[in-house]
Amino acid sequence: MSATNQSQRESTAARNLAAVGDNASDRRADEAAVAYGVFAAIRWALVRDLRIAVRSRAELGVQVLFYAIVVSLFPLATSPERNLLQTLGPGVLWVAALLASLLSLPRLFASDFADGTLEQMAISPFPLSALVGGKILAHWLATGLPLALLAPLLGLQYALDGAALGIVAFSLLIGTPILSLVGAIGAALTLATRGGGSLLALLVLPLYVPVLIFGAGSADALRAGLSAAPNLSLLGAGLLVALVGAPLAAAAAVRIALD
Amino acid sequence: MLEAHDLAARRGPLLLFEGLSIRVPAGQALVVQGRNGSGKTTLLRILAGLSQPAAGRVTWHGREVGRHDPVTRADVCFAGHVPALKDELTASENLHALVALAGGGADRPTLRRALADVGLDARRNLPARALSQGQRRRIALARLGIGRQRLWLLDEPATALDADGMALLAALVARHLARDGTLVAATHQPLTLPADRVRTLELG
Repeated sequence: MSATNQSQRESTAARNLAAVGDNASDRRADEAAVAYGVFAAIRWALVRDLRIAVRSRAELGVQVLFYAIVVSLFPLATSPERNLLQTLGPGVLWVAALLASLLSLPRLFASDFADGTLEQMAISPFPLSALVGGKILAHWLATGLPLALLAPLLGLQYALDGAALGIVAFSLLIGTPILSLVGAIGAALTLATRGGGSLLALLVLPLYVPVLIFGAGSADALRAGLSAAPNLSLLGAGLLVALVGAPLAAAAAVRIALD
Repeated sequence: MLEAHDLAARRGPLLLFEGLSIRVPAGQALVVQGRNGSGKTTLLRILAGLSQPAAGRVTWHGREVGRHDPVTRADVCFAGHVPALKDELTASENLHALVALAGGGADRPTLRRALADVGLDARRNLPARALSQGQRRRIALARLGIGRQRLWLLDEPATALDADGMALLAALVARHLARDGTLVAATHQPLTLPADRVRTLELG
């Protein structure tokens, strides 16, 4: 069962390293901390994932189309009454964004998990949370940002005026990154499970609720003649918390999935 | 020098191995053999710091192979049985991404030379999905050729390689050992390695 290598042939390199001792390795650790920085890691993941996203843009198109279709279904299914549509509009735009985000989430880590890239990321000298953060950023640029940009156009179906459209788009612009960040935790947690997609929805949708409330609420507040600022501020605060916490949590979940 | 003290690993309720101690000095190779399911991959993953052993510890030049030590991480090249390639990226982009992720850098001529060395020069700009299994493996070989890591952990490196590819692998490993590199490989196929530098570990 056990094999101990008895070889006496130690190389000069190994002896030198041992002789120089801890000082040298501490210095190497300091150098390494500089060399394998957070921003280089984010850049690596961002460039790579955006390149992949551009090459598989058909998949992204599916998600954007899904968003457009879901949003367009509600005016067809309910009455074309102006007041009702104006009330529904922001909520529908937001709920559809949640669903579209769910559609793209499983892809965030699944292919990297299957092809071994995630393993290489986990043993890379770069911090895993920064690599994961870069992946999340790329995911948002490819899937969340298009939704926010498309929202004013789709909102026209709900007879929303310029101010309401602007608020909805802006709240999506702050809110969709939170969806990507929080969703990434769920995506990483469900990596090693069977049927991860549906479990992911169950896990993540409840966490999306506060985002939905403040996001859709911002346009409602405007409609009621109040300021949208409190809602948007809370959304922004949520984004900051998620920005700090989610990459760390997702990285920890990735390590669990790999172990 | 790679050292493992009193390692134990279990998968579920099953004990794969215990009391396993390994010492591989620089310039030496350890070939891990054993039947399917005997824990070869698990051992390599533990040595790479990917999995936690049930007991024992692993050190590389006296530093614990841990989760938060970029120094040891930068020194280890782990090639699992899936080669970590993205179908959408070209051979050259895949190689560059892998090298960069391991903390190295490579300019275009270096990448091109490395791919030419493994016989992929004509295919360097093809997406990886257009490559055969053996050719995908060869990208992993090109990565070994460029990298500066001193510890190679190779899981079934000879899978899907033809005779020519095996010769390439043997040449890379021989050069690595001659440069005082260290190698641990799990394999079924016999690797042609310099006999005085290789020891074998039988698991299971």
